Amino acid sequence: MDLANLVAQDRAGKVFLTVLTIAAVSISSLNLLVPESSALHLSTFTVTVAGKYLSYALLALAVDLVWGYCGILSLGHGAFFALGGYAMGMHMMRQIGERGVYGNALLPDFMVFLNWKELPWYWLGFDHFCFALLMVVLVPGALACLFGWLAFRSRVTGVYLSIITQALTYALMLAFFRNEMGFGGNNGLTDFKDILGCNLQKDGTRVAIFLLTALSLGVGYVASRFVVASKMGRVVTAIRDAESRTRFIGYQVEHFKLWIFVFSAVMAGIAGALYVPQVGIINPSEFSPLNSLELVIWVAVGGRGTLYGAVLGAVLVNYAKTVFTGVLPEVWLFALGGLFVSVTLFMPDGLVGLAQKWFRVWGLNLKQRSNA
Amino acid sequence: MNRVVRIHDTIDDSDGVASPELDTVHGPILYLEDVTVSFDGFRALNLLSLYIDDGELRCIIGPNGAGKTTMMDVITGKTRPDQGTVFFGQTIDLLQLDEPAIAQAGIGRKFQKPSVFEQLNVFENLELAMHTDKRVWPTLFARLQPAQRESIAEVLETVGLTAQRRDRAGSLSHGQKQWLEIGMLLMQKPKLLLVDEPVAGMTHQETERTAELLLSLAGKHSVVVVEHDMEFVRSIARKVTVLHEGSVLTEGTMDEVQNHPRVIEVYLGA
Repeated sequence: MDLANLVAQDRAGKVFLTVLTIAAVSISSLNLLVPESSALHLSTFTVTVAGKYLSYALLALAVDLVWGYCGILSLGHGAFFALGGYAMGMHMMRQIGERGVYGNALLPDFMVFLNWKELPWYWLGFDHFCFALLMVVLVPGALACLFGWLAFRSRVTGVYLSIITQALTYALMLAFFRNEMGFGGNNGLTDFKDILGCNLQKDGTRVAIFLLTALSLGVGYVASRFVVASKMGRVVTAIRDAESRTRFIGYQVEHFKLWIFVFSAVMAGIAGALYVPQVGIINPSEFSPLNSLELVIWVAVGGRGTLYGAVLGAVLVNYAKTVFTGVLPEVWLFALGGLFVSVTLFMPDGLVGLAQKWFRVWGLNLKQRSNA
Repeated sequence: MNRVVRIHDTIDDSDGVASPELDTVHGPILYLEDVTVSFDGFRALNLLSLYIDDGELRCIIGPNGAGKTTMMDVITGKTRPDQGTVFFGQTIDLLQLDEPAIAQAGIGRKFQKPSVFEQLNVFENLELAMHTDKRVWPTLFARLQPAQRESIAEVLETVGLTAQRRDRAGSLSHGQKQWLEIGMLLMQKPKLLLVDEPVAGMTHQETERTAELLLSLAGKHSVVVVEHDMEFVRSIARKVTVLHEGSVLTEGTMDEVQNHPRVIEVYLGA
């Protein structure tokens, strides 16, 4: 009843959830139900790209929670995304079994190649899907908890915190690049065959993962809305605007920051786990600091502190990236940089802020006309 | 840490005031003894000893740099003294607690510069300050009880902001922000209020209303006011403490203090 109430009060959220449902249903039926010969048929490739955007959107939601609402500018959220992705990738790696190039039932290909004789202890358990799911949530959550506890307890804030989150993801990238780490080094994990017994190359599986991603995004949105609409949401906003004041009225600021940081990291991990089966590969470049910077730009472009703005930003910027890197690949990074600069200068509240301003002007004009 | 949890667990609203384990049988509610704070060799507080009685309204004056704000920082946990003891009642050692725990124990502070949560509205500002369980999970699932709604409405009435309850705090005038902050202080139901320059930048009428409010609070709460405005201090003070170079110069009624030769010397720089 509470949740229904929550959604009912959130007008923009209703629009968002409706659009998401319509998009998910129409994209999947245009792929599965419309024959391939028809002009209306959507290729499985397009469905997968759309699914990738939606998993990015879930990641953007996670960033908006910590940055837009709590003022923690994390430049390392890509790390949690990648860790969730690796956990899922490890499970799918184990599912390959003896169908690998070397036909070794006990070890993944890259371990055979490295002449390893047995599975490292930290790969144990990943044969089970449920264990992998648990790790998708636990590993990013535990890392965020440890990192956040150390950082927030020492009252590291602002640009210093941003820099160490960046360092965190960079350090993880370097670590995962090493072959001795046992995560496939440079090449990462790839060549996945199936998930839960369903062939990953089949249209049905692809559409199912796409729908699952859309569902997760919807649930993620409602969960985030619940948090920001609660009293905790107001405490967190208070921390963003006047941290020490919040402390002096009796809130353990560190605990609140830690809670929201861990919640967000878990969401990022889930997004990563949905991303990997769709793109079919996870490698250390996902940890690259540039990725984490990019997702902050998505949120800035969409408009932070609104949740749906983050989703909008993620989808639009990534669509632009797909188009640009197809047409003029060398220009993309300049375009992205230019976009960030112009958003910061001309649209501090992002596209959502701009739209709200227009609506206000528009609404005012209408009123004046009716008065006259 | 244990202590923090205990204070949260034993919140008792029966007398409308926080801090159930506060023990003031011997009179004073706040003890500062031989407190010294130095910043890079400069002694902001120098063996300061000060006692505030339960229910008292005390004014603290002193020239710039006398250590008034540093003293508030020590009491509220923002600054740790190099030596000395600070006790809240007989049993609560404030030097063992951090800022939120001290606030929850029943010490409220109003800052010199009005500091409200500008992005939230007036009602929400009061809601956040409200004395209740302020740990993470209870806050996530908190719902406003009718009694709590009522107490917010009451405070809105007291500070004269009922009409502005839905306005963003950032849009209030300077005086209104000061009042909102006093309202937030009231919501915390503190046993001891520390008020730093409450009338700075206020108009004459606002100053008068603030004096009335502070006077009405004394008795149920203990109030410590730091103020530069001598007129204002005279209008509310029963007992005045003069700080100078980090320790107490003298204490007494306003007249006694104003005629004290050392005080005249310090203020006139003679």
